[in-house]
Amino acid sequence: MSMQKQLRRSVVIAKKDVWIYYSKGPVIVFGLLFPLFLLLAFTIGRNVTIDELFPGLMGMAVFFTSTAVGPAILPWEARSRTLERLVCLPVAVWAILFGDVLASFAFGLAISIVPLIVSVAMGVEVEHLLVLGVGMVLAAFCFASLSILLSAYPPTDVPATVMMLSSMVRFPLVFISGIFVPVEGLPDWARAVSSISPLTYFTDLARYSTTGESFYSIHIDLVVLALYAALFLLVSVRLHERYLPERLS
Amino acid sequence: MTAVDGISFEVDEGEIFGFLGPNGSGKSTTVRMLTGTLKPDGGTALIMGHDIGSETMKAKEMIGVVPEVSNAYIEISAKKNLMLVGELYGLPRKERVARAENLLKDFGLWDRRDGLVRGFSKGMKQRLILCMALINDPPLLFLDEPSSGLDVESKRLIEGVIREKSEGGTTVFLTTHDIEEANQLCDRVAIINRGSMAAIDRPEALKRKTSGLNYLDVSFDGATDPRALAKFCDAKEAMKMGDKIRLWADDVDEAIYCISAFASSEGLKIVSLNTLSPSLEEIFVELTKRRE
Repeated sequence: MSMQKQLRRSVVIAKKDVWIYYSKGPVIVFGLLFPLFLLLAFTIGRNVTIDELFPGLMGMAVFFTSTAVGPAILPWEARSRTLERLVCLPVAVWAILFGDVLASFAFGLAISIVPLIVSVAMGVEVEHLLVLGVGMVLAAFCFASLSILLSAYPPTDVPATVMMLSSMVRFPLVFISGIFVPVEGLPDWARAVSSISPLTYFTDLARYSTTGESFYSIHIDLVVLALYAALFLLVSVRLHERYLPERLS
Repeated sequence: MTAVDGISFEVDEGEIFGFLGPNGSGKSTTVRMLTGTLKPDGGTALIMGHDIGSETMKAKEMIGVVPEVSNAYIEISAKKNLMLVGELYGLPRKERVARAENLLKDFGLWDRRDGLVRGFSKGMKQRLILCMALINDPPLLFLDEPSSGLDVESKRLIEGVIREKSEGGTTVFLTTHDIEEANQLCDRVAIINRGSMAAIDRPEALKRKTSGLNYLDVSFDGATDPRALAKFCDAKEAMKMGDKIRLWADDVDEAIYCISAFASSEGLKIVSLNTLSPSLEEIFVELTKRRE
């Protein structure tokens, strides 16, 4: 069956995910408020301007919204037996996963536009809107792929287990990705650690979009995000295919 | 651990094929391999001529699956579930809308088409699952315990659909614990036990083939000890069943002569004598017991 047909089915899977998982009031409110609250928790009492907050706010908005629901989808579907239904249909496992990624990507991107608009309304000047836009698209796709990878192992059908494990990955990433302190302000060892996180590269792009300055070249930021997206997607497809029988048993 | 080992069988087009076995016998594993959910370690399975291992998507386009546990999306409506599955089968919009409407009407779900599946009864969910399996009008239908725990109305509706589909040329692969259902519906049945095929044949042929399960119900005009009758006829077992004695015999013809001789020797008259063949359930119990 052609790749085109499978991609069309991925879009159907994404549509299903939006109906069932993303178009719920609490999920949308969580997506809007959680990054803001987390940022406020770490900045209140510090003398920082909205311009300085902007890269961190955008980083957390794109990161948390794109990874908010994705890790729970497959365990949830395994538990409700709907995953078995999908696997019996003429849809490849990679197409199911790609559909889940597309839904996380669309949710992450759509919700992240809200803090962008609010920030601009509050006086943040985005000088390089195109760079920020391309960065948001790449970052949302990269983090959406990461969200599917987070549910690959262990092949459980308990969403809470996956969400707990994914939090153990997601929160440390926020602290090492130049959200609260720009990369250039970090000691050498912390810079080395932050270079592992894909979020670092998006935060760097967001900083460039307002100040015109970035720690890495913007080309490096964009390429690294794209490479991470491809890597997360490939590894998650491999792992999910391998552990699918265990998840369904 | 080996769940299924070296089984081989063919199902003819348009046939209703019953697949029976006790819990843990390998039924579900076999069905999962045939529907492409599990990859076998070895061997092949052709679904309407397509290898489920190498032509997985083509094979899956040929099948509709009704699992034992309802797996419709409960957060969306019945109609949306059908449209979703139709779209995943690649049906054009007009076709899936028309098919969904017809199926919802045929299965008595039209009035609840826009209601969330969460509020459906077990029977309604099962009917919806059957609609979802039929949306692509598949030539092969896998049904796993389709009428388990359902009310009489839903059960009859589903059995009617199975017969109707079979008459229309659809092949039905029916996994069930309900032996009587298999006896009533299936052209052939296979009995799997501990991962191996114990028997495969038409239900009536299986009954004839299985020796030692034939029995006779005899009633005398006076009290009789079943053990005495069993001993006299060298039968393996005799049991009192109300005013009758049930006698199990390998050779029914010989047993009739023997009962007559027993009656003469005891000065009894035979009030009634019926020869009975074993039920499919008895065959099933015997075949699965033998292998334990």
